[in-house]
Amino acid sequence: MSGFDKVVGSYEEAMAGLEDNMTVVAGGFGLCGIPENLIKEIKRKGNRGLTIASNNCGTDDCGLGLLLQDKQISKMIASYVGENALFEAQMMSGELEVELTPQGTLAEKMRAGGAGIPAFYTATGYGTPVGEGKEVREFNGRHYILEEAIQGDFSIAKAWKADRYGNLVFRKTARNFNPMAVTAGKVAVVEVEEIVEPGELDPDEIHLPGIYVNRLIQGTFEKIIEQRTVRSA
Amino acid sequence: MALTREQLAQRVAQEFHDGYYVNLGIGIPTLAANYIPDGMQVMLQSENGLLGMGPFPLDEEVDADLINAGKQTVTMATGASLFSSAESFAMIRGGHVDLTVLGAFEVDCQGNIASYMIPGKLIKGMGGAMDLVAGADNIIVTMTHASKHGESKLLPECTLPLTGKGCIKRVLTDLALLDIEDGKFVLRERAPGVSVEEIVELTAGELVVPDSVPEMVF
Repeated sequence: MSGFDKVVGSYEEAMAGLEDNMTVVAGGFGLCGIPENLIKEIKRKGNRGLTIASNNCGTDDCGLGLLLQDKQISKMIASYVGENALFEAQMMSGELEVELTPQGTLAEKMRAGGAGIPAFYTATGYGTPVGEGKEVREFNGRHYILEEAIQGDFSIAKAWKADRYGNLVFRKTARNFNPMAVTAGKVAVVEVEEIVEPGELDPDEIHLPGIYVNRLIQGTFEKIIEQRTVRSA
Repeated sequence: MALTREQLAQRVAQEFHDGYYVNLGIGIPTLAANYIPDGMQVMLQSENGLLGMGPFPLDEEVDADLINAGKQTVTMATGASLFSSAESFAMIRGGHVDLTVLGAFEVDCQGNIASYMIPGKLIKGMGGAMDLVAGADNIIVTMTHASKHGESKLLPECTLPLTGKGCIKRVLTDLALLDIEDGKFVLRERAPGVSVEEIVELTAGELVVPDSVPEMVF
């Protein structure tokens, strides 16, 4: 690496410095657009006591679910835990602390974390268990709760294409939480399907500028589909 | 006769208007997309970052990078756009979506809705439901009127943890279409062949029955 070149040579290098009890912000929705190889590297490293902020926690044997198998996660900040038996079992038994967070609030917490906004008001969750213990303010006759930003020691994300400077392009609904996740980590690690030379991406088409990215690696992806639904011709 | 899943979806689709941006929840709401009337333009918002959701793909069109909020593979309609989750919820929270349709375990006559967990039994998580009910003005809840054991799900007060407070104004069940006004359910339509008495029997929350309650027309 030199100058703005963010490319690292191995997954080991990509996740170097991740330690036990750190907070990791992860992109992906279900298994779509997840940083699958970075997750496998965390499993290989065996870090424990991790706090993970991610919309879902993968499935029993894919994505972040891999980290549940060895009980590497102590706290999960997520909006949806359905269709994941391991997650539900560890949550019910109390081994895994879960902060259920509305999906839009979670996205905004990550965005705020990366944008230097410590907290924001939202109507989402007012009058529900999510709002319990949170400051309430009234604006124009409506109640809002104060939600705090999320920042991670690391963020892990998946994009489609990047140039060596870390300028990112996402693909279809694999974008989801990835851009915000990248911005919310002190060390932002992104894996992509293809890395091109600076200048090859049209600056107008870059979804997230490389300034947010610290480490970049090209990988190959399984891209497992959770619910393959088709129509007949 | 209680409405079938397909009839529920058909009745939901009668609430669509030309030019509406609509978010359909997982399950029956999603089925409503099959009943958009010919000649009407409705754009479906999928909160994982797609506006302009198309039908399920043909086998050879399946793309792991293109799914809906239920994690099903989908396609894009003409004029579709793609964006991040933050952008998606900006349009939801900002009130830009014209109609939201979602399921629930319980609603009550104060307009409260419970849909994401049953303490000690089931934890699904709220996904985008809390943002959707807080952000939309026009919401339809689709649900069964009562449990299999005949216990009403239209209550004086929800018993389960709330997804949203005071935000529901219209409920479509397998037996009836009801509005929520001034802390009461108001019976608007009956499923074909279902009597007013039957609906009264299975509605635990205070229910107003107007003089005339027409049957739904499909």
